Amino acid sequence: MNATAETAALPKVRIATTSLAGCFGCHMSFLDIDERILELMKIAELDRSPLTDIKHCGPCDIALIEGGCCNAENVHVLRELRANAKILVAVGACAINGGLPAMRNRLDVGDILNEVYRDPDGVQSHVPNDPELPLLFDKVYPVNEVVRVDYFIPGCPPSGDTLWKYLNDLILGRMPRLDHALLHYD
Amino acid sequence: MSATDNTILIDEVPVPFKPGQTILDAALEGGVYIPHLCAHPEFAPHGSCKLCNVIVNGRNASACTMKAAAGQEVEVDTPDLHAYRRTLVQMLFVEGNHFCPGCEKSGNCQLQALAYDSEMMTPHFVEFYPHRPVDASHPDVLIDFNRCIQCELCVRASRDVDGKSVFALAGRGMASHIIINSPSGKLGDTNFSVADKAAHVCPVGAILIKRIGYAVPIGERRYDLEPISEEATRCAVEEVK
Repeated sequence: MNATAETAALPKVRIATTSLAGCFGCHMSFLDIDERILELMKIAELDRSPLTDIKHCGPCDIALIEGGCCNAENVHVLRELRANAKILVAVGACAINGGLPAMRNRLDVGDILNEVYRDPDGVQSHVPNDPELPLLFDKVYPVNEVVRVDYFIPGCPPSGDTLWKYLNDLILGRMPRLDHALLHYD
Repeated sequence: MSATDNTILIDEVPVPFKPGQTILDAALEGGVYIPHLCAHPEFAPHGSCKLCNVIVNGRNASACTMKAAAGQEVEVDTPDLHAYRRTLVQMLFVEGNHFCPGCEKSGNCQLQALAYDSEMMTPHFVEFYPHRPVDASHPDVLIDFNRCIQCELCVRASRDVDGKSVFALAGRGMASHIIINSPSGKLGDTNFSVADKAAHVCPVGAILIKRIGYAVPIGERRYDLEPISEEATRCAVEEVK
């Protein structure tokens, strides 16, 4: 991704990122592109993202979604990014099939909350129900079961090299492809 | 070059076969990879996973069950068949609970390796998230039915090699599942042993030997090092030599 005079003259590619029901591992992996982020920032800028702390998304070119949807707030954020992004990319195992959070899907959500928040002796314990807390879903849903997804980058997390290759392909208008060395689900 | 008496054409390349050999066996020995999952060189073909689907003289066929015959023209490596195999792998993924990051088998798993081979970026279909309890009753072997793909390799190995018939497939359609031949239905109440062939044939992370899960670190495992297409043909060719 060399910022030639030609690409430097173009409007910058706007990229939004978010972490829904994820662990921020995919964002850490994004930062694992290391000094290449300087190359990226010559031709791109970040919109809403945990890295910019911008709270709401404007029109952008690429949205990178980490994590699945485990509560109502996740869906609001995801829909906002889908409405604003030309290309929406599900990044990482949790966005793609729910990942480890989805391993609760076979259990009843009420049983889980009781198990986590109620003491066995019943002293001073209750399930948090503050109205500010987002509604927890019965299951964790992959993002493609909530909105239309254009591209998927598997991995837990996808490596910095994998994200770099994929972003390069997307921004430069190539068909994004990962060879064996870059395609891993673990 | 036309096919001679003991040759078939696979993607227009002549591949020799021995009488009685299947298309899959002939291809692997000849260094041509055909994706396959429920097929295993040591067991009778089962023909259930359909990943080895090829086109023989214009018609679809399973390479693991169809015998090679002179004059066959076989298509393997076509975009249509790739897309078809990827769809099959995607359906296998959503039917079970296949969470690769949390699986001991990751990197050694044939289902995962075939998903890499077919460039599966997403399971695509709506997830089933079935409820399938784990059987950890045996002292040396764990069965995690969440990852079972019902290839019946354990059934075939236990019946045909070990002579124990510990496993069987029960139910029909979506209700199909592996059952265990003991009064309690638990593996711990059978004469199953870690030395059995059936303990070592599972292509996915359903039958796992206890206490060795991470002896080889993630990233250094069989299909981390080379794609299944190269690994399978290399092993088959080496065995013939």
